[in-house]
This record gives sequence, structure tokens and C-alpha cells, in this order.
Amino acid sequence: MAQTQIALTQKLINDGNAAVDEMLAGIMAAHGDLLARAAPRAIIARNGPRPGKVALVIGGGSGHEPAFLGYVGQGLADAAAVGNVFASPPPQPCVDAAMAVQGGAGVLFMYGNYAGDVMNFDMASELLEMEGVEARTVVTTDDIASGVDRDKRRGVAGNVFIFKAAGAAADLMLPLEEVERVARHANARTFTMGVALSACSLPQTRRLNFDLPAGEMEIGMGIHGEPGVRRGPLGTANAVADEMMDALLAEMQAPVGARVAVLVNGLGSTPLMELYILYARVAERLAAAGLVVHRALVGPYVTSMEMAGASITLMHLDDQLAGLLDHPCHCAMFRQG
Amino acid sequence: MFTTNHLDALFQALATRMAAERDALCALDGVIGDADHGIAMEQGMAAAHLAVAGLDDPTLQDQFNAAAKGFLNAVGASSGPLYATALMRAGKAAGPRRAMPVAETRMLIMAMAEGIVHRGKAEPGQKTMVDAWAPAAEAARAGAAFGEIAAVAEAGAEATAQMVATLGRAARLGERSLGHPDPGAVSAAMIVAEICKVFAAREDGA
Repeated sequence: MAQTQIALTQKLINDGNAAVDEMLAGIMAAHGDLLARAAPRAIIARNGPRPGKVALVIGGGSGHEPAFLGYVGQGLADAAAVGNVFASPPPQPCVDAAMAVQGGAGVLFMYGNYAGDVMNFDMASELLEMEGVEARTVVTTDDIASGVDRDKRRGVAGNVFIFKAAGAAADLMLPLEEVERVARHANARTFTMGVALSACSLPQTRRLNFDLPAGEMEIGMGIHGEPGVRRGPLGTANAVADEMMDALLAEMQAPVGARVAVLVNGLGSTPLMELYILYARVAERLAAAGLVVHRALVGPYVTSMEMAGASITLMHLDDQLAGLLDHPCHCAMFRQG
Repeated sequence: MFTTNHLDALFQALATRMAAERDALCALDGVIGDADHGIAMEQGMAAAHLAVAGLDDPTLQDQFNAAAKGFLNAVGASSGPLYATALMRAGKAAGPRRAMPVAETRMLIMAMAEGIVHRGKAEPGQKTMVDAWAPAAEAARAGAAFGEIAAVAEAGAEATAQMVATLGRAARLGERSLGHPDPGAVSAAMIVAEICKVFAAREDGA
């Protein structure tokens, strides 16, 4: 009886426990020209994987679409392992994905730095070694609000730029050592900070996964609703952008005249109107800091179900990273060139 | 004796308990994590039991290994590798036999705790499931009664409320994790309780 008193979030689903598999069925139906399945939870690119090329295999929990499988395609990732909502995939789909796309030049696993992902992908690497396939790993750690120590930070929306650089390096047929170096370099120069305006809910429970009172925002919240660094009254777009840009620019330490790539990312239910209002301020701040925008993305790129809010990512470019971001790619949910 | 039939029943009990506690564990996880722990534990134990129930004339080790694989492939997440490693270690401790003396089952609790520490690299005091498993293993090693082993696991889980997380997802909270128990430690204490209940019943009725 008490159960009926709790308001459940409204979702267009059939069965909360089947949500991930039903989403995958829809994605395969819509994008079967670009994507194929090596296993139920291992999605691979039809074009891209080839002999002699390093295979870039990404992955993570579901609920962040278009991450991760939306970034599978020629010029970017070769495959993605798909986990349950907000949960790392187990080792088997990571292995299935890697074995399906590896071209004899090794595999690079890339994913956000979360305890579960690290354990599962490490187990997958051990299984690949037993198959005689060399696997390296680069975890992304771009969320500056998630810790002082860079190695302990989470990987969030900066994934888009970091995966893009590594995928382009692999597509250019660079060897495994070099693709891995590029990936680490890209990660080291990418900085993200987010703000949440409302909670999200898992399809299995349809209950909000944290309390955020009306009128409040939380700066630094993670893409699974991990608590952030400061909670306070919702500010204006400019004030929120300024708070995040102050922190990002202080972290990035780029000299005047440096080029940057910028991503203003929507977390799920925040509309493009608000993202572009934020971007306007971000562009002003970058210009004021003497930085040159080489490439800008605005939209939902790494989401958190129906969470409202946004994140700002800056990647401090050099000639190589700029070239890699400019390299064409053709994925189901992201195209360039 | 503790037989394969009893182990099958134990996995059924674990699946039932985790299904019953799912929403409570998710709510705990929502405070300091991402609210999915109850779902992972429910799915994991359901898959573990399903895998065990499907075996034909297994040994205890076969059952533990099937449960490990079932749990791991159903959930991934953090709990997947941790409990899969724990269950495989228990299988190794039980060995390829179809029954073991009840007095030896304390080894299984010790083996599970060792597996979790090996995979997760956590130490007591870091506000993780180790804070429930480590005292349980210590009590098991000392030959404590099963009721006592379950009690120290529960006390260990409760004590996590007074700890600051330094590992796992809640570590990013720092001081803000204070005052809230670790959901992984709470579910661990529930698992230890179910295990001890079944072992104790064999001891009384063996």
C-alpha cells in the first residue's frame, strides 16, 4: 500500500529490466548500415576495423547515450561494450567486442575512470592476453570536480574529444604504443566540470536517485548523480558558466593564443536553448582569456538519463590534437567531415 | 555435512533476500553513490542461483564457479568482479566434492573475503564491503559460532557510517560520505547472515 504513495518518474519504456536490450534493438534497427553486433552487448562498426589497425574498444554503463556506442564508427571507436544502466559491462562483452574488431595490431581499451569499469576491463585484458591479443588501457579522468589527484578523477563528457583523438590516431594506422600515447596526452589536456539542476532515475526503479530541492543546483555532480562539490541556489546561466570557467581555466593553464576545443554538453533534459546560452558566455570568457576556439560542440553528447544540467569541457589543443579532432569520422550518432 | 543441495538452497535464499532488499539498498546507494547497488545485487544473485540450478550433478566447486560466472555476466559493475572472485575462491576452498563437513564451511567465508580483498584492493576502514567481510573472516578463522560471524559482519557494516570513503565511487564525496553506511557493506552483511543461517542449520541438524 505504501508503495503507491511514492511517485514514480515517467518514462517511455516497456519493462525497466529490459530497457537496455530494447534500446539496443532499436539502435540496430535504425543504424544497421553502420553497426553490427558481435554479441548481444558488444556493438561493432561495420566500416573501420581492418587488418593492421589498432582496435579502439570503448565502453561503460548504459544511460549516457549517445555515449558510448554512438561513437562507434569509421574514424572513431571500432566497438563498444554495453553495460546495464550506470553499471560497467562485465568482461565477456568487452572481450567479444575486442576479438571481433582486432586486426592483429593490438587493442586499446578506453573508458571513464570508475572502480567497476576498471575491474571488469582489467579482467577482459587478462582474458585477451590468454588469447594472444595485446591489450592496453587508457582511462579518462577529465572531471576536475571529482578530486585533486588527476588519477583519481572520473571520466565524463571529455570522453568525446579524448576518444575522438585516439580513434583518429588508430584510423591513421599509428601503432599501439603511439595510439596509447596520444590517448594519454589527449586525456591529460582535457578538463570538464558539470552542474546538475535535477536528479535522474533508473528505469528499473523509476525513483529519483538523489534529492535536489526546487531552486537548487549542484556544481560538480557526476554523470551518475555522484554528489558534487557545492550545492546552492540556482544561478543565472552566466554566473554558472563563470563559476565553471574559472575552475576550468585555472586547471588548464593554457597560454594566451592557445587553441581549444569546447564542448557544452547537455546532461539529458536541458534543452539546446539553454546550452547555447551557456555557450555564448563560454565563448566570451575564452575570448577574454585570449584563447582561440578551434572546434565547438553543443548538444547532448554524454548524458545522464533525464538529469537536467550541463557540463563544459575544454581540450587544450596542440597541432597533433587539432589535426586528430579534424579527422573525419562516421558514427551512428556523431559525424564529422 | 554441507551438501550441494544445501548450497543450491543457499543461493536461492541469497537471491530471495537480495530481491527483497533491492529498493532499500538502492536508496542507501542513492545517498552516497548512483543508486544502482540493489539492482546489481538482485540481478547478480538471481543469475547466480539460476546458473547453479541448471547444473547436472555438480560438485560444490562447480556450483560456486557457475554462480561466479552467472553473477559476473549479469551485472558487471563493481559488485560483479568482486563477488565473482569471492565465489571462485570459495569454490577452490570447497574443492571438487559433493559434500563437506559443516565445521569446514568457515573456510568458505574466509575464502570469499580473501577474494574480495584480492580483486578490490580495499583495506578495512575505507568504507567498503571489506568492512563487513573482514571481521566476518576473522571471526570464522577464530572458529566463532555462525551467529557471532553474522553479528560482527553486521556491526562492521553499521560502523561504515562513521567512516570517510577513500575508495570506490563514494570516495569522491570525502567528508560528505560521513553518517551514511556503505551500501556494499550493508549487502555484504546480509549475504554473510544468509550464509551463516544455512551453515548453522546444518550444524544443528547435521
